[in-house]
Amino acid sequence: MELWFSELHTPNVKLSIKVERQLYSEESEFQRIDVFESPEFGRFLTLDGYMMLTEKDEFIYHEMMVHVPMAVHPNVRSVLVIGAGDGGVVRELAKYSEVERIDLVEIDRQVVQVCREYLPKVSCSLGDERVHIYYEDGMKFVRRKEDEYDLIIVDSTDPFGPGEGLFTKEFYGNCYKALREEGVMVNQHESPFYEGDAKACMRAHKRIVESFPISRVYQAHIPTYPSGHWLFGFASKKYHPVRDMDAQKWLERELETRYYTPRLHAGAFCLPAYVERLLRKVEIHESR
Amino acid sequence: MVHLNQERAPIYEALEAFRGERIVPFDVPGHKRGQGNPELTQLLGKQCMSIDVNSMKPLDNLCHPVSVIREAEELAAEAFGAAYAFLMVGGTTSSVQSMVLSACKKGDKIILPRNVHRSVINALVVNGATPIYVNPDMNSSLGIALGMKVSQVERTISQHPDAVAVLVNNPTYYGICSDLKRIVELAHGHSMKVLVDEAHGTHFYFGEDMPLSAMAAGADMAAVSMHKSGGSLTQSSFLLTGPDMNPGYVRQIINLTQTTSASYLLLASLDISRRNLALRGKAEFKKVTALAEYARGEINGIGGYYAYTSELVNGDSIFDFDRTKLTVNTLGIGLAGIEVYDLLRDEYDIQMELGDMANVLAYISIGDRERDAERLIGALEEIKRKYSKENADLYTQEYIEPKVAVSPQNAFYASKESLPLLETKGRICSEFVMCYPPGIPILAPGEEITEEILEYILYAREKGCSMAGPEDAGIQRLNVLKEEWAM
Repeated sequence: MELWFSELHTPNVKLSIKVERQLYSEESEFQRIDVFESPEFGRFLTLDGYMMLTEKDEFIYHEMMVHVPMAVHPNVRSVLVIGAGDGGVVRELAKYSEVERIDLVEIDRQVVQVCREYLPKVSCSLGDERVHIYYEDGMKFVRRKEDEYDLIIVDSTDPFGPGEGLFTKEFYGNCYKALREEGVMVNQHESPFYEGDAKACMRAHKRIVESFPISRVYQAHIPTYPSGHWLFGFASKKYHPVRDMDAQKWLERELETRYYTPRLHAGAFCLPAYVERLLRKVEIHESR
Repeated sequence: MVHLNQERAPIYEALEAFRGERIVPFDVPGHKRGQGNPELTQLLGKQCMSIDVNSMKPLDNLCHPVSVIREAEELAAEAFGAAYAFLMVGGTTSSVQSMVLSACKKGDKIILPRNVHRSVINALVVNGATPIYVNPDMNSSLGIALGMKVSQVERTISQHPDAVAVLVNNPTYYGICSDLKRIVELAHGHSMKVLVDEAHGTHFYFGEDMPLSAMAAGADMAAVSMHKSGGSLTQSSFLLTGPDMNPGYVRQIINLTQTTSASYLLLASLDISRRNLALRGKAEFKKVTALAEYARGEINGIGGYYAYTSELVNGDSIFDFDRTKLTVNTLGIGLAGIEVYDLLRDEYDIQMELGDMANVLAYISIGDRERDAERLIGALEEIKRKYSKENADLYTQEYIEPKVAVSPQNAFYASKESLPLLETKGRICSEFVMCYPPGIPILAPGEEITEEILEYILYAREKGCSMAGPEDAGIQRLNVLKEEWAM
């Protein structure tokens, strides 16, 4: 008997992963949650059938979401993480002793419960005393905040389904307001490769450019995400993601990472020509 | 009384049975279940095209219903508490006009609030009756017209005891209800019929703690926009009648202008939507009200905006308020409603139902999701942060009392001339001018053009209101009656 998980990356392309067994499958109030065990990728989590993370390659995504802004902003005390109920982002953030408070806003309580039970390697820091978990709509939570955070990390699902509000101009504007005057926002930025993803990517970039004075995009290679080529957004009120990066200071922390290095940090912002063109299209349109 | 089974949907059931019979079509429509128009079938889907069929024996005929449409009408009548219900396919405009045409004829007087929909006055152009306007109260700080005071209706009736009918909005576009029950008593006491425009009131028949519906208040006819809060397809509507109307005569009136090829997509949508509301309406509208209340609380929490609701109720010109309506007054952030409306659409991809001088209105219905309400709230917050102005010199809509010089019909068909807008002062207008939405006339055919009206038109045009009605869409010119006709 062969059991395979498949996800369509486009109507004409799919990724299949051989599954040993299904550990969990339930419909929460918001979405269907599944956890599988696989020989190649270890355990993996899917929401509504879309790959969220695998034990084998999640480090790439989570390290790039966290260490890039942490190496730039010199003084992060207060962090807001939206989405990310799996705890991966929190695990990386918890490595920084200067971080005093991590507010995690996840709409679906069940995701957190499932990850605590089945994905302990990812969710291991959710119990850290600096972490405060709020089970509510991210848009609603951030709308009520003003001048409160140094860093906001938007670890959203795709721009359809429960996460769609996290790709809107009003949300990015609300984040701007919630950040202190030197604040930085990092977001999951979709992939530039397939047409549908590329459109979502351009729309998100356009809306961030409209909301923040500095807005740059960086990349990483994540095998289980569509096309394997994934983007992140770095939006900031003051700091430039490359010029203001302090490699020395970051290295002195002696954090253990498997993907992120300060050398890679600079390189991640060097994008392929077609991606630059894609982004420039919406930037030029928006320059006032 | 024998209760009908509201779980039935006879038109829908007949269409399903018909689909299964695989009848060979040598009748219209010519696309023959979509086969003759693949591009349209691609757009709408086979399912949809295969039931776009003509009246035939198993499917009944809307002009003279005897089987499944008749049953659907009976079910609807029961669901709405009416003596009779007519399925309408020409929009609620057709329901409103059939109501007016059934109640009055050439030379008759009909009492109306000024904030009627244009379709009412259009019906008067058709039948030659004369409007007697009851000036609605205004709330000048919110810039909205309110309901009719009972005392005003009473005075108007005593001044025009020969009027044959009174028309009432229940509610207005903004959710405001008059004291319908007392107006009905007054009118019936003077042998006048009561016609109710319930374009925005479908949910009153199904939700709990809603304002009184026309049929419950004892009105004679009601035009109910099932496609608005009821969830049926655009252009489908109900005309309801009370026990004192002759349904045969109303049917004749409807058939004067109604298509003889009524769309079964529209009819089936009415049937299915009626079933849905009869079975689940109470729970559905509870959710709608809760969502509107939630959004209102959050929007009022932002500061500057005023999302108003039943606190406005004053027992008379605001006898009741439809709490499913989410109307937000924007003057407190220094922006006109229409400016916020445009920002929401252009900058935040949010389409509102209407923006006027002072308000934006979000239509909350059985299809809304909480997360979409969050987007609206978040966007309003952003608009305040990024665009609000101080001490803006904003105009709110004052009620402009119409001066009716000749009947709408005479004005419409009179000899006229086109003049530049600013040269029309003192002349009699032969066409409509209105902001759309809400589609309430600033000028109607037969009314005198005053300085005040011209100022209002110029201001509305400048603020970007979508102006409709005149032959010259840009409203640089207006058609007025030639002087000799105005005498």
